[in-house]
Order: sequence, then C-alpha cells, then structure tokens
Amino acid sequence: MTDSVQEWEVVIGLEVHCELNTASKLFCGCANVFGDEPNTNICPTCLGLPGSLPVVNEAAVTKAMTLGRALGCTVSNSIFARKNYFYPDMPKDYQVTQYEEPTNSDGELALGDGSIVQIERAHIEEDTGKTTHVGGDGRIHGAGHSLVDYNRAGVPLVEIVSRPVIRSARQAKTYVEELRAVVLAIDVSDARMDQGSMRVDANVSVRPVGSDELRTRSEVKNINSLRSLGLAIEYETRRHIDLYEAGESPLQQTRHWDEAAGRTRDGRSKEDADDYRYFAEPDLVPLEPTQAQIAAIDESLPPSPALRRTRLAEAVGVDPADVAIVVMRGQDQLALDAVGIGADGAKTLARIENELAVEDWSAITADALADVVTRETTGKLSATQAKHVIAGLVEAGGTVDEVVATLGIASVDSGELVGMLDALIEQHEDEWARLADGDRKLQGFFVGQIMQLTNGQADGKIVQTLIAERLR
Amino acid sequence: MRATELAEAVRSGERSATEVLDEYLERIEKRNAELNAFVHLDEDRARARAAAIDETVAAGQDPGPLAGVPVALKDNMCRAGEPTTCGSRILGDWRPPFDATVTSRLSAAGAVIVGKTNMDEFAMGSSTENSAYGPTRNPHDISRVPGGSSGGSAASVAADLVPLALGSDTGGSIRQPAAFCGVVGVKPTYGAVSRYGLVAFASSLDQIGPLAANVADSALCLDVIAGHDPLDSTSVPDHFVPVSPAVDAGVEGMRIGFVSQLGSGSDGVGGIDPEIDAAAKRAATALEEAGATVGEASIPASVYGLSAYYLIAPAEASSNLARYDGVRYGARVDAKTTAEMMVATRTAGFGDEVKRRIMLGTYALSAGYYDAYYDKAQRVRTLMAREFASAYESFDVLISPTAPTAAFKLGERTADPMTMYVNDVCTIPANLTGDPAMSVPFGNNSAGLPIGVQVIAPALGEFDMFRVAGAIEEALR
Repeated sequence: MTDSVQEWEVVIGLEVHCELNTASKLFCGCANVFGDEPNTNICPTCLGLPGSLPVVNEAAVTKAMTLGRALGCTVSNSIFARKNYFYPDMPKDYQVTQYEEPTNSDGELALGDGSIVQIERAHIEEDTGKTTHVGGDGRIHGAGHSLVDYNRAGVPLVEIVSRPVIRSARQAKTYVEELRAVVLAIDVSDARMDQGSMRVDANVSVRPVGSDELRTRSEVKNINSLRSLGLAIEYETRRHIDLYEAGESPLQQTRHWDEAAGRTRDGRSKEDADDYRYFAEPDLVPLEPTQAQIAAIDESLPPSPALRRTRLAEAVGVDPADVAIVVMRGQDQLALDAVGIGADGAKTLARIENELAVEDWSAITADALADVVTRETTGKLSATQAKHVIAGLVEAGGTVDEVVATLGIASVDSGELVGMLDALIEQHEDEWARLADGDRKLQGFFVGQIMQLTNGQADGKIVQTLIAERLR
Repeated sequence: MRATELAEAVRSGERSATEVLDEYLERIEKRNAELNAFVHLDEDRARARAAAIDETVAAGQDPGPLAGVPVALKDNMCRAGEPTTCGSRILGDWRPPFDATVTSRLSAAGAVIVGKTNMDEFAMGSSTENSAYGPTRNPHDISRVPGGSSGGSAASVAADLVPLALGSDTGGSIRQPAAFCGVVGVKPTYGAVSRYGLVAFASSLDQIGPLAANVADSALCLDVIAGHDPLDSTSVPDHFVPVSPAVDAGVEGMRIGFVSQLGSGSDGVGGIDPEIDAAAKRAATALEEAGATVGEASIPASVYGLSAYYLIAPAEASSNLARYDGVRYGARVDAKTTAEMMVATRTAGFGDEVKRRIMLGTYALSAGYYDAYYDKAQRVRTLMAREFASAYESFDVLISPTAPTAAFKLGERTADPMTMYVNDVCTIPANLTGDPAMSVPFGNNSAGLPIGVQVIAPALGEFDMFRVAGAIEEALR
C-alpha cells in the first residue's frame, strides 16, 4: 500500500422481510393480525403440535407471486425447504422457507433517484413467534425468564434479497422506501417497520474504490426504522474502514443495531453459527403456478411507482425525482387529475407535497384542488389563504366556495386592491411622496395598511407588485 | 369372529356393540399383562361409544360399515384428549387437542376405539423393544418379539384382543410385525391414507394402514380410512377405489413377478432364511395354480434400499423430532438456560435408538456431507422407482418374502443395531417408491412360527394387490 489515503466504497445487500397481509396464516387457518392478545391466534399446526401438518394458503402464494412480478421477477415452480435450528419461538424447531428453488428470482427495482437495484430472489417463508425477555436488560442474556407469543408463528413472509449492489446508506434507504411503495401499491403487506411487518437486515462490507471484490461482510439485524438503517450502515462502514486501516479485518458475523447507543454490537460469529441442514420439506408439495395464473397476476398489477413518477413528472414538467414523495403517498392521480382540469403543474405539486402530508386526505377532490390552485395563481387567494382552504377541504371536503365561506375568507382580488391603494395614496400624500423619492421603508407602511383593511386576507406579494406598478 | 361379520351382526341387531366390546375387553384384561400390547385403554369412552352405536341401531339407523367393531390405534396416532406417547418418555402426559383423520374416519364408520398400542419409540425399531413402556411379546411365543414398530397392534390382533388395529409403516413397521404375528398388514400407497394426526417419524415414507386377522377385514378397514384429506398436502387427490370387492376376485390372467433380489439368490439383498424364501415361492406356485402367470422380476437397486433408507428416514426424523424441546409440551428437565433445558430434556426423554437416528440424520444433512449421503440416497430412491416402473411393464404385482426371518427372541438383536436394521430389507423398497405393499400370512416355519408373504403393487394399485392377497390366503384354506 502507498502513502496516499485509501478511498473506500461500501457494498450493501439488503434482506427485507415483508409480512403478507393475508386473512390467515401461511399453513393454517389462524387469523393473521397484529396486536391481538398473545397466544390467541394459534392451532395445532402453527404450534407445531405432534401430528399436525401444514397446508399452503393459496392467497399467500398469490400475494407472494404478485410481489415477485411487481419486482420484475421470474416466477418459477418452487419447493419449500426446512431450515433447522433450535429456538424457543420456533414451534417446530425448524422454519419452513424456500432455499434452492424459490418462487421469485431475478428481479429489479428502479429507484426514485434513477438508480436500479437488482433483486436476487423473493422467497416465501413462515414467520416465527415473538419472544419477550423479562428481567435483565431485555436481552436473552441475563433475562429472568422469557415469554413467547405464537400469534406471529406461521404468518406468511416474503424475504426480498437484493444483490450487493447498493452503494450508500442513502441509496439503501431509498431502496427500502421504494420497496415499501411497491408493496403498498399492490396491497400485499402493511409494510410497517415500527410493527415489524417490514424488517430489514443489512449486509455491509467495504472495498477499495475501483475494486470489484466482495470482502467479508457483517449482517446487521434489529433495524427498526429507515433512520436506523442509515445510521447502522454508516456505523458499520466506518467500523470496517477503521479495521482495515488499522491493519485488521472484520469478522463475518451477525451484529445487532443498538438504537440507544447508536452502534452495532457483536452477535454470534458465523464460523460457529448453526448449520441449517436445509432439505426439501416432505410435508408439502411443489408450487407449480400455471402460465395463466401468472398472466392473471400481471394483468392485475397496477402501474409501478417508477412508471407513475415518469407519468406525473411529464405532466407537471419536472424531474421524476421531484415527484417521488407525491407518488409514494399515492397522491399522483390526484395531481394528474387537478392538472388535467387546468391547474398549474408546479403549484399543484407543491401544494400536494406540503399541504397533503396527512394520514387521510381522501376528502379533497381533484376539482377542489384545481380550483384552489387556480385561484392562488390568479391572485384570488393569497398563499396563506390557499393553505387554509386546502386544510379545510382535507378536513371537511366540499367545494372551495363552501370552505371559503366557512372560514370567513374574503376573496380579495387585484381590482379591489387597486381601489384601496388609490384611496390610501390620497389619504397619505406625504408618505407616498417620500416612498416615490426612494424611502423604501414606507413600502411596508402601505402594505401594512392594506393588510389591515383586508384583515390580512390580501396577498402581500400582489400588494407589493401593485405598489411597484404605481411608482413606475 | 371376523370384523366384517361382527359389523354385520351389529348392524342387523343380531349382536349388541356393548356385548361385543365386553367380550374383547375381557380378553384384553386376561392377556395384556403378559403381552403388553396395549399401553392405554379408553374403556369408558369405548363403552359410551358402544352404547351410542346400539342406540343408533335401535333407532333403525346404520352406524356404518365398522359398526361396533373394536379397533386399536398405534400410540402415534392422535385421539383428542387421550395420551399419545409414541412409546417415548419425552411426550410426558401430553394429550392432543385434536383427532387424527384416521381416528375420525374410524369413528364416523361406527368403529369403537378401545385404546392405544405399544410401539418402538417414535416407530424406530423392528421389535417393539425400543419402547419406554417395556417390550411387547409375540402371542405365538412370548419369548419372542412381535416385530415392530407396530408390534402392539400386530400382537393385539394376533391374540384377538381386537379384530382390527391401525399401524404405521415407514420401512416395514406394519408388514414385518404382521408377518411375525401371523396377521395381515397393509401399507397403502403413500398419500392414500391421510397422515394428519400421525406423529411423524419420516414424513416422506410414513403411511398408516390396517392390521387384521384376514384379508377381507383389512380391506374393509382400508376402505374406511383411505381417501383424499385436505388437511394432508401429500394426500392423493384421486378417488380411492374400494378394495373389498377385490378380495374374492381371483387372479385369473394376472401377471405376477417374484422379486429375485428379495429372495435367497446370490444377486440379492442377502440374509433371507431359505425356509421363508421357499414359502414365498410356494405362494407363487399357488397363484399360478389359481390362474396367474408367474415370472421373475428384477429390481437391482434393492440392494441399496437399506442404505438409502437409513439416511433418508433418520434425516427427516432429525428434523421432525426437533420440536420435542421441553418448551411447549411434554416432559421438561429444567436447567439454567433455555439451551441447557433443551439438551437436558432431550437427553432424558429420548431412548438410545432415537438418539442414534437423530445423530445419523443430523450428520447426513450437514453441510459438506449432504451430497455424499442424503442427496445420493435420494438418487437411489429415484433409481429404484424407475426399476419398479420398468418391472410393472411386465407384471401387474410383485411378490417376495415380507421379512428375512421369522420372529426372533427378545434381546437377541438389541446389542447390534445393524442386525435389527436388516429386518426391513424386503419391506423398505415399497416405502422408498411409495407403492402399496402388504403382508399375508402363509403358513409356519419348522419351529411353528408364522411366515409372511409380501405383495407389492404399483401406486394406487391396491385393487390388484388385494386380488393377489385374497388368492394367497385362499390357497392356504
């Protein structure tokens, strides 16, 4: 190595687990719901009682294949496999998953930033139960005892495995956001990181810039938010670089993100990790979807977020990256409709992005939105008024006129303002003369007077423009 | 009395189910202490059930084809609320909250379930000596084993403690004890009888089937328990063709092949007692006399069957038995940590043979050994299926001895597991291929011990298999 400072790049592959939002579990009829009383949605099969057998939930398979197709994957004949390891929250002490022949393989995801992430596979598996360690610091070591809730055991999951092509924490976050948008658009999962229905593990390694090697990676688990994902990747990246620069090497290991401490911690090292002894699950038969089934899934797919971004960006006349948020929130059709009615594109986009960042915006119609935006761009509503009106529309629905009346907003148009200004100039001849002589402070005086007369409803910018016109 | 006749007598009101049950319970009372065939009796439920059947008959209704017939379940089949030990300590006092599909089908057909029979722990064994509840003895000679693992079921039928019993067969566990005890034992096509509620040993091989004193009774029972079950994904979707009409249908024009490798020839699996080989050949001659043509069939891969089986079955078992960890049910030996508790529980709960097979299977599936062992064993399985398919081009059914020897003495083979494993050499092929096979008694050896002949048919070829079995039985009359 030379004395010059080595430049490093990070190599990231993500494993995203998505719980499918089916009515029942993957291999039994138990309800698949989050937050129920522990151990109420259980039966012999999801408890793995002796003699019980799994039967595949067709709806889960269809949702998994739908997700696969939405990610551009090839859907193939597939088999289930057993992944064997002992853990108390796993009723059978093996997990039914897919190993050598997954349902979905070789897809890709186009991100809002223009990059593309290749997807290796998106396989189906069952979730485990949920363990709560009681006593100690909440971790298994030092816990007094542990409680297991098997409601989650057997909930259908799809694990989406990206290839190690992600190059930054930011891109990793964008990828997860995009995946979430796809999953929500096709309604296969609630995809809530806070409730664990979307979970992300990050495989992180670094290498010298320009190299194409894949160095020893660490797998970071226990990441509960997008923010943590970014922080965990940045932390691991730094840790790997520091190790290499100190002449050491990272171990291949599982590490846990410690949210409170803002760092990753040692898990077990992969060298002494379990040998999972995968083999084909003999209690289940292969999944063999017909071409007709796959075609029907393709037919049912809504346009992808990438396509929707392009469509909206073109309609509005901006860059696709600029409409990412609106598309992610599913407000692109509203925007397209409003613009179609004749509202200004950029203004419509801005108003949606800023004023509709709410959980439920279903009350506002495209007509009403177009109306507000047009009133604003033609000066009939000030920016502040427009925001109030939109808030009113989100709250109660109805037309712009109704909301304006309810809020008591006087519609102030430029004509009225000209009359007011003329009257003011007559009343305050001296002040006007001083302003005309260049005393800019007095502009504020006239604007303030008009604001007072209009109870603050006039658009300050328009008033300034009118003043400027009269001074010319 | 035959099960078919018993059911008819109860259906017609000629005999009451209660009276029939009392008669059998009395015999159980007399002989079970000596034989140890039953590990659990459900007397109260059985009596209530018999009374209900009598009421049904009195009301002019038909309780079903097994009306009032006492039936025993091998203790690896679930019956809601009753102990299910699998011959192991590890299940402790666990009682399943649900019925196996066979249990509910028997009940729906009017059968009276009397209890659970002894077995080798988790069906791993060929002598019923590997039971936590002591060995079962052969009713023909109590110094000898009844075979296994369904030894309790075979012995209970042989001693007429019940007219019908269910067993499970993973490598011969119905057929070999049937041969040792001189009764009929049927392993149906894989998937013909639901495995739902059967505690798994090796899922891709396990199959439930009947043990009975004669071919017609076993046919009646199979007709009740077979058929598609949506609760078992590996259940055959096809309609099961009833086999009862096949028993007396004769074998005129059938082509029957004697599997040369399962005889005492030099190209064979070895270790077949010449007396047993001769009996099987006499059965072939009898079939010829009954109008069938008999030839020699060749399944060269038979010689690899045992090796393949003792990789595949333990591999699946190592996974199936992982759940007995003391966390949720069954026995638990407490320890400081969860991992230590699991180890202590499994160490105390499993017997030696089960531990041996868990270790074998774990090894066979391990990274680095998978290809050499498990994968190769699966290829033997494929090869064997191909050879059987080719034999079925020339023959409708195949026959062979069921077991290499007659019943051996208790303790005779417990020291060396290999001498026990070779017991399954003739029966294993049908488990590996999934084909149906059954054992039919065909006389006794010079020591007076029963000999069984095995009939093997292509998948879902039970009808032809029962034609041949019926003819073999008829030949002895």
